[in-house]
Amino acid sequence: MAENGVGASVRRKEDNRFLIGKGNYTDDITIAGQTHAVFLRSPHAHATINSIDTIAASAAPGVVAIFTGDDLAADGIGPLICGVTVTSDDGQPHRAPVHPALAQGKVNYVGDHVAVVIAESLSQAKDAAELVEVDYGVLPAVTNTATAADEGQTQIHEVAPGNLCFNWPFGDKAAVEEVFTAAHKVSSLELINNRMVTNPMEPRAAIADYNAGTEEITLHLTTQNPHVHRLVLSAFNQLAPEHKLRVVGPDVGGGFGAKIFIYAEELVVGWACRKVNRPVKWTADRTEAFLSDAHGRDHVSTAEMAMDENGKFLALRVMTRANLGAYLSTFGTMVPSYLYAFLLAGQYSTPLIYSEVKAVFTNTAPVDASRGAGRPEATFLLERLVDVCAADMGLDPVEIRRRNFIPVEAFPYQTPVVQCYDSGDYHAALDKALVLANYGSFAARAEEAKSRGKRRGIGLSSYVEACGIAPSAAVGQLGGGVGLWESAQVRFNPTGNVQVFTGTHSHGQGHETTFAQLVTEQLGVPFGNIEVIHGDTAKTQFGMGTYGSRSLAVGGVAISKACEKLIAKGKKIAAHALEAAEGDIEFADGNFTVAGTDKAMSIEAVAFNAYVPHSYPEGLEPGFDENAFFDPLNFSFPAGTHICEVEVDPDTGEVEIIKYSAVDDFGKLINPMIVAGQVHGGIAHGVGQALLEGCRYDSEGQLITASYMDYAMPRADNLPSFDIDYAPTDPPDNPLGVKGCGEAGAIGAPPAVINAIVNALGVKHIDMPATPETVWRAAQSV
Amino acid sequence: MYEFSYKKVSSVEDAVAAMQSADDGKFVAGGQTMLPTMKHRLASPSDLIDLGGIGALNGISIDDDTVTIGAMTTHASVAASSEVQVAIPALAKLAGNIGDPAVRNRGTIGGSIANNDPAADYPAAVIALGATVKTNKREIPGDEFFTGMFETALAEDEVITAVSFPMVDKAAYMKFENPASRYAIVGVFVAKSGDSVRVGITGATPCAHRGMRLEAALNGNFSAAAVEGVKIPVEKMNSDIHASAEYRAHLVKVMTRRAVEACS
Repeated sequence: MAENGVGASVRRKEDNRFLIGKGNYTDDITIAGQTHAVFLRSPHAHATINSIDTIAASAAPGVVAIFTGDDLAADGIGPLICGVTVTSDDGQPHRAPVHPALAQGKVNYVGDHVAVVIAESLSQAKDAAELVEVDYGVLPAVTNTATAADEGQTQIHEVAPGNLCFNWPFGDKAAVEEVFTAAHKVSSLELINNRMVTNPMEPRAAIADYNAGTEEITLHLTTQNPHVHRLVLSAFNQLAPEHKLRVVGPDVGGGFGAKIFIYAEELVVGWACRKVNRPVKWTADRTEAFLSDAHGRDHVSTAEMAMDENGKFLALRVMTRANLGAYLSTFGTMVPSYLYAFLLAGQYSTPLIYSEVKAVFTNTAPVDASRGAGRPEATFLLERLVDVCAADMGLDPVEIRRRNFIPVEAFPYQTPVVQCYDSGDYHAALDKALVLANYGSFAARAEEAKSRGKRRGIGLSSYVEACGIAPSAAVGQLGGGVGLWESAQVRFNPTGNVQVFTGTHSHGQGHETTFAQLVTEQLGVPFGNIEVIHGDTAKTQFGMGTYGSRSLAVGGVAISKACEKLIAKGKKIAAHALEAAEGDIEFADGNFTVAGTDKAMSIEAVAFNAYVPHSYPEGLEPGFDENAFFDPLNFSFPAGTHICEVEVDPDTGEVEIIKYSAVDDFGKLINPMIVAGQVHGGIAHGVGQALLEGCRYDSEGQLITASYMDYAMPRADNLPSFDIDYAPTDPPDNPLGVKGCGEAGAIGAPPAVINAIVNALGVKHIDMPATPETVWRAAQSV
Repeated sequence: MYEFSYKKVSSVEDAVAAMQSADDGKFVAGGQTMLPTMKHRLASPSDLIDLGGIGALNGISIDDDTVTIGAMTTHASVAASSEVQVAIPALAKLAGNIGDPAVRNRGTIGGSIANNDPAADYPAAVIALGATVKTNKREIPGDEFFTGMFETALAEDEVITAVSFPMVDKAAYMKFENPASRYAIVGVFVAKSGDSVRVGITGATPCAHRGMRLEAALNGNFSAAAVEGVKIPVEKMNSDIHASAEYRAHLVKVMTRRAVEACS
């Protein structure tokens, strides 16, 4: 292993600039002459706009311009798009209402964009925004996921009768029905997957600058995928041609999915800078973030499992209503369909699965991917249902899982729901987790707690997820509008140091460290001589960005492929310089050597030779700079078992997590410290969903959890010190042998926590978030 | 935030004069509620009169039977005061669990009780300990100070100078925190002196109040068991997404019981 190479817990090199205040976030950027934008947002969940009067506001001090939806339309600026098509059961594509960046005649959720006020200062823009008079015709609001598509509900969009976006059945309904009829036992469960606000620490922001000389717009914004932003804003929104639009995602303070999407504010600011011929800046305040960031989850489901007399799963049937909000966000349709139903096999060999997802419109903020995106919903449903099955069959939750796990010899395993898992050893992870959690001695601890008036519970979650998205052909077949390969360029400078350009984007993941470790391992260049560059369409080649735990599993492979090309070219150069046959050149530890001799040449010397090719192989291009694109062969399937032990105070309903043990399979680890950080953060996210985070709208569509006074984020004192370990397998479909790790915790944790509480109380189910009052009421019920 | 005039004063007299000459002035102490409210444009005082420069309002003094805390003393100072920790440990502990470190190092006792947030901690202590609120005009018994939600007995130009807490035999404060804000969903301060028990309750109702029913039960039988039979009027309780009235009424008893247990 190279120093600081693969497997080393190298401290994150990017942290230095963050710790000494030298980070450069979008809101840190100030451009001479900049103006400030404030969005006037709808205070109503559902209303027609009868008129907008901007006369008084336009005359307010410092106002540069005020624009409404009519101005955008007049310039041909297109509506926001949804990039993935789902075919409904009537054979038609999903219903896609027009999603204008600024409202045209109607608003559909609280926070919907009505107008933008641009002024010399932020205060002046806010003052003027208060003077814009909007005459609304308030309509009844639809906010309930379970009933939004019922008859008699207010219709939100004409193109979507019954507020239905799609009804998407998947699987053989009749065959499943048949198995259910004949089954020894059917266990069932109704459950809610609670709506969450993703809450990256840095709120969304954008600053746009138009250069009339070059006719180029430069848009700095909080993005997880600058090239995807550029592509969509160019191709679908007509903001500017792709070659005249530069999108930069500078330092970004967390994304968790919420910064994948192309948002109204970004398009409007990008367009407005040209209209006013001044830079325009917008930064969301926290309330705006709550109101207008895409939210996550929000499912209501019924799940049923048919079993034989041994508790063997025969068939699974799932009916889900998924809330997509008022409009379709960029990937809104994909999350409750392909990212959800294709995970319903979980770790189990259930032969038949039928699911039906009704996606509905409501007068709430758009819902899209949030850490895990579809897989937490599938995992929560399945892992809760498995515990109910265990109880119904009188089996220990461990035993029922063991009886149904896909055995290690069955890999690669074709599930009945599209995915083909390439590797996994679910028994190994479970066994290791049971030891880590001291599962065998739980009964004694429960007894001890009882003597103190507390109730202890222990819960498992054996999850698998599909990430590392995604093979482009598969994406295309499913109705996706993009390819999901990744790109890299690895460039030696003449002096021997290396710049790595990646199409992924780091917003907290530590790519600058992990990717440098990959390169130092492969090329032998000292770690400190490697710089990773990302996030600027003017610097890096086209790339697809970071989400779906894809950066290492897809982007890392692209980097490795570029390194391979450099080594191949380097062999030609070294062979010429060392006067040997190319076939005799070997490369290791940064040196090209002639096999069986002591003749050697460092890769830095080769690089110099390539840029100063005075004596050089005939016909070979000068330069030492290679790019590579990698289209993954399959999804990546991290898996593991998480075990949570809780203590419930039946007097108050408070839940304390006593111990949390996680054993994950992430394949080979490049930087174990960074992986552990992702596991910790993911579990915190999952515990947040299980115990604390509940996004609530009232029946009039007002967001009543619009600040941290009412929306509870997990904090350090909500969490124990985690016990984590790994049970790796080698995924044959990934050339680096790696799996994604960024979302696993958020996927695995919620059912582990809830299963533990259910176990402590002896109830069948408890909905998330399991707040003290919810738990107290459940404790009273038994 | 809307525009306002900022005035920093160095004496209570100057503060009062500044208030009297302002259109719609507000005193600001630590600003931990005032400033966020202004930032959200929910308050727009013409003048903000900063009491932070009045040295006389800051500090803790102790005599034989009283702890007197200057109005501008921060929560962190009260929590860290070894004298308060000895004289009324429950009070130091209460102060040490208000908000977060930033709030505790800016927020003050005077600001807290003048604001009278229904879920603030200090009002429970002021009521249960039978404290006296001292102002530039008068002394107000703690029982009479809190008059309604965000309302107090203070006049517009009246400045709290200090709060005097009598020492008691035993006291404890138990708070059930809102998981999001960490304010009290229910906070119960129990104080016992001789045979007399006083109970101050915050968070449960629109304004902190004395728990007379609980006091009646605990006077004569100062035990957790005595709390069980007390009926807490559910209809008077606050109800929100975090806790229903029924749950709050239940928590009043649980927190009282635990406070009594902590006293023994």
